Amino acid sequence: MMVILVVVVVVLVGLILYVIGVFNQLVRLRNQVDNAWSQIDVQLKRRHDLIPNLIETAKGYMKHERQTLEAITQARSQAMGARTVGEAAKAEGALGQALARFLMTVENYPDLKANQNFLALQEELASTENKISFARQNYNDQVLFYNNRIQMFPSNIVASMFGFAKREFFEVEAPAERQVPTVSF
Amino acid sequence: MWELIRVNKRNSIILFVVMAVVLVGLGMTIGAAIDPRAWLLGGLVAAGLWLFLAVLSLSSGDQILLAASRARPVTKEVHPQLFNVVEEMTIAAGLPKMPSVYIIEDLAPNAFATGRGPHTASIAVTAGLLAKLDRDELQGVIAHEISHILHRDILYVTLAGVMLGAVLIVSEVFLRGLIYGDRTGRSRRYSGPTRRAPAQAQMILLLIAVVVAVLAPILAQLLYFALSRQREYLADAGAARLTRYPEGLARALEKIASDTSGPLAVANKATAPMYIVNPFKKGLDAWTSTHPPISERIRILRSLGNTVSLVQYAKAYYKATSRPFPIKVQDESLPVRPGQPGGLQANPKDKDRQAADLIRKVHGFRFLSCPCGLTLKVPPNYTAGQISCPRCGRRLVVAQSAAGAD
Repeated sequence: MMVILVVVVVVLVGLILYVIGVFNQLVRLRNQVDNAWSQIDVQLKRRHDLIPNLIETAKGYMKHERQTLEAITQARSQAMGARTVGEAAKAEGALGQALARFLMTVENYPDLKANQNFLALQEELASTENKISFARQNYNDQVLFYNNRIQMFPSNIVASMFGFAKREFFEVEAPAERQVPTVSF
Repeated sequence: MWELIRVNKRNSIILFVVMAVVLVGLGMTIGAAIDPRAWLLGGLVAAGLWLFLAVLSLSSGDQILLAASRARPVTKEVHPQLFNVVEEMTIAAGLPKMPSVYIIEDLAPNAFATGRGPHTASIAVTAGLLAKLDRDELQGVIAHEISHILHRDILYVTLAGVMLGAVLIVSEVFLRGLIYGDRTGRSRRYSGPTRRAPAQAQMILLLIAVVVAVLAPILAQLLYFALSRQREYLADAGAARLTRYPEGLARALEKIASDTSGPLAVANKATAPMYIVNPFKKGLDAWTSTHPPISERIRILRSLGNTVSLVQYAKAYYKATSRPFPIKVQDESLPVRPGQPGGLQANPKDKDRQAADLIRKVHGFRFLSCPCGLTLKVPPNYTAGQISCPRCGRRLVVAQSAAGAD
């Protein structure tokens, strides 16, 4: 009788410890997913902050490209004013395309390309675009880890016990955005 | 990726323990060879040394290695592109903190990462590397270093480097002491009658000690090198995964391999395994080389095709070397992205000048561009507020340098 009781207690304690372990791991993975998501936001904000400077520097040189520049400013204000995630994704996509078009047209302005200030801004812009896509890439990697863990046996039992929900991948809508914008300098 | 980190941690502990056993065993044999009763003392001294080195390398190993490589910490203004690329790769790897960035004043292209873990990591690159690589290539190299940080290689390399150094020094001191001490030791041998009886046993012990002292560093080095080569491959695989562009690293390795700037002056036997490619470039045979052959690394990277993943890399590794990949890996296959043209690159003729300018910037030189087209490089100890252009005579305002403390 005593032996059975001890065995039952040991098994129960072991089970509880296992559940605690899996629970903590799931929380850690979920925090990593959230953290990766906020990193995307940080980089998008940085892109918004860069644009006024860029336009200011380019304006003097690109008299004939008023439309291209205006498209960027407009896309930026739309992206900043977006209320829902869907709206934001769409506006950011449009902004990314407008910036890619702008960097293409820069090719026709050798004076602008020789401007030190502009070169520095261009490096910042190219890097920010990279950071956005790398932040996205990392987010998707983290979601993959997290989703695998909550769908695989036996951790899926713990996940459903405490209501860990599957996360969505960050898929880019516009097919042009899906390929990293080929920014040519 | 997690299984990879786990294997790396396990390997680190194995190496750590083996190094301890080798060091203590060496101490015990040497102790016994000097006096049969001193084996315990010898072992204790060696264990103390091991403990001291472990604490030292854990607390400030990275700072010691950075100082030994004469790496200088730099701010973003010195090389914005380098900072951006490091930050990009930090984001891609999801590291909690961006590593500190250092520049080594050398024209030989090379790079390394050090530190205890992702929170305290540092990356050092040479000025030559920055001048010679384009953006994609630099990204490949930085991704390789970030992978070392991500895989927890850096702590292992720091610890192992210090431990290996200790084993080398102890056996060297003993062997030299033996050769040197033989001349003075003769008089002692006849000093006491009690010493005569165990003389034969003493000789055998001495012989064993010599054999151990010769073999220990070789064994330690072989183990260290084998694991360090494996880590280089894994970091290459990690770099391909992070950048989604293996061609960048492949091109960078190609450029570094064909570079003619000569060996890296600040590297030595203990720090060599840290670097992305062997800083000595000697034709060592495969067993004692700290790095896998570059041509093989390039071939594997180029044969990855259109997907990057550890699984794909393991397959390509098998195809290129017909050896199985040392670690069992599993992950999703990820598509390769198109490359991007290079940004702020000058023509090849200017590259050495660019590297030299970079070294000046690291030292706090201020760069003034005169409207006549001349660029003035003002040394940090120039304190006057103005300087006249030697070509056109214009007075130019010199901003006070913040980095010009030394």
